[in-house]
Amino acid sequence: MADLLEPLCRLGSQVVERIWRLGYASRFFVAVLLNSGAALRRYPLTLREIWFSGVLSLIIILVSGLFVGLVLGMQGYEILQRYGSAEQLGTMVALSLLRELGPVVAALLFASRAGSAITAEIGLMKATEQLKAMDMMAVDPVARVVVPRFWGGVISMPLLAAMFSSMGIFGGWLIGVVVIGVDDGSFWSQMQSAVDFRYDVWNGILKSLVFGVAVSLIAVFEGYDSAPTAEGVSRAITRTVVTSALAILALDFVLTSFMFRGTS
Amino acid sequence: MAGPDELGRPGVPFPLPMSCDNLVQIDNLQFDYGGKPVLQGINMRIPRGKVVAIMGGSGCGKTTLLRCIGGQLRPSAGQVRVDGAVVNEMSQAQIYALRRRMGMLFQFGALFTDLSVFDNVAFPLREHTDLPEDLVRDLVLMKLQAVGLRGARDLMPNSLSGGMARRVALARAVALDPALIMYDEPFTGLDPISLGVIGQLIRRLNDALGATSIMVTHDIQESLLIVDYIYFISGGRVVAEGTPEEIRHSTDPFVHQFVQAEADGPVPFHMPAPPFAQELMGGARG
Ligand SMILES: Nc1ncnc2c1ncn2[C@@H]1O[C@H](COP(=O)(O)OP(=O)(O)O)[C@@H](O)[C@H]1O
Ligand SMILES: [Mg+2]
Repeated sequence: MADLLEPLCRLGSQVVERIWRLGYASRFFVAVLLNSGAALRRYPLTLREIWFSGVLSLIIILVSGLFVGLVLGMQGYEILQRYGSAEQLGTMVALSLLRELGPVVAALLFASRAGSAITAEIGLMKATEQLKAMDMMAVDPVARVVVPRFWGGVISMPLLAAMFSSMGIFGGWLIGVVVIGVDDGSFWSQMQSAVDFRYDVWNGILKSLVFGVAVSLIAVFEGYDSAPTAEGVSRAITRTVVTSALAILALDFVLTSFMFRGTS
Repeated sequence: MAGPDELGRPGVPFPLPMSCDNLVQIDNLQFDYGGKPVLQGINMRIPRGKVVAIMGGSGCGKTTLLRCIGGQLRPSAGQVRVDGAVVNEMSQAQIYALRRRMGMLFQFGALFTDLSVFDNVAFPLREHTDLPEDLVRDLVLMKLQAVGLRGARDLMPNSLSGGMARRVALARAVALDPALIMYDEPFTGLDPISLGVIGQLIRRLNDALGATSIMVTHDIQESLLIVDYIYFISGGRVVAEGTPEEIRHSTDPFVHQFVQAEADGPVPFHMPAPPFAQELMGGARG
């Protein structure tokens, strides 16, 4: 009997633990939002974080965007020319990037480049008692450390996704038009007539904004909640990357099912 | 002190300073971490203008006590009064207001690793005052001069030695000219020279600022040189107290063990365990 119950008990306690953490994370999110006003008025702090998480992620975003675009160009051409519609290549590359690959892949890269760095930084500040020291100096660590990093990430994310998509479209053009020889004029004109600003571009931006909130929140929360040891910080970093990836993909499914229902 | 001293005076020969001249007054303070009792009824008086040491073995709750005084931890029973106000009944805003008049030196300095030495010391000034930048600069340089590290202002904390980091943290702790300065083990991990330097600084800063200092430590020899009064904590209680002179001549077994650095005494060398022979035999059979 006890043997039977034990896995059940463990499952139960894990579920309770997860729910408890989710509740804790929600309260933390509320605290971040409540502290945002005052902290954002000191915008140099947030600018600094945009520099760290945004600008320093730029290289990896641009390079990845280019490669994704190159692959899209090759694969897209290969498929489209079977149906004799290779001139639609621009449309296909642009829509894939703007709707899906741009926001999703940029967010995944952002989580592993900037999200992990944010978690590590906050976790180490906690482990070395810097957060406690700040609190003893009557400075709220949530307002001073967490909020600027959160908003830095939220603001950077859509911009990075836009760069990723632009670079990808350039990559698709490079392969399709320059290397393979698709007609330059139809590549761009087909793209322009098929892409709707509100439906495609705006929804893509909205997606990356949601991902930005999710990844930034996970990153600051895991750092703030990490066990104050070297091992605790490293586990928190792993959790940031894994949880962010899952959150991005799950949210993408939910958002896509609301945004793009094939009605247009 | 617990027992009579060598002059035959009964215990507690030095009457507790009871007047309102105590900046900090702790009554029957109790604290536990999730059911594990750490502090079990601490009574202390910290007179204004004095440097008071709190001594005890590692893990006896010294840091916990400081964090109760600073309002970071709420005691399960008892009272902490700072300047007449009960800390454990204050709102967060009141505690923050109180902490602006407190400075604390953390055990390992806790300097902000992403800020330079200068910016670390400037941090409390920039957060809590609207002073113009050139005034901040002058104040920071004054504090750094006081700890002898004006030349290190542009260094980053990770390029400082342990003693230098401690001094920078000290300059940061006194940046707002606090009324109460708390030191958490300011001597750990320092070579004898840095140790003496920090000790002298603690005394000098306290007197120059007209502040009151609480120093948590287990370095008895250095403390005897610089402090006005010493409390010994063991098992969550104050087990002995007195001026350095009284401590030196104390016959209290606990104080004696501490001052002479003996391995065994009232503080046992062994963690409680079944008799060794029995365990060896048990191990052989099992
Ligand atoms: N966050 C915590 N949770 C549980 N126990 C703790 C925590 N912090 C400290 N303790 C325990 O409380 C006791 C006192 O800790 P502390 O005040 O840091 O001791 P000291 O500073 O005198 O070395 C120790 O036994 C320690 O293990
Ligand atoms: Mg300690």
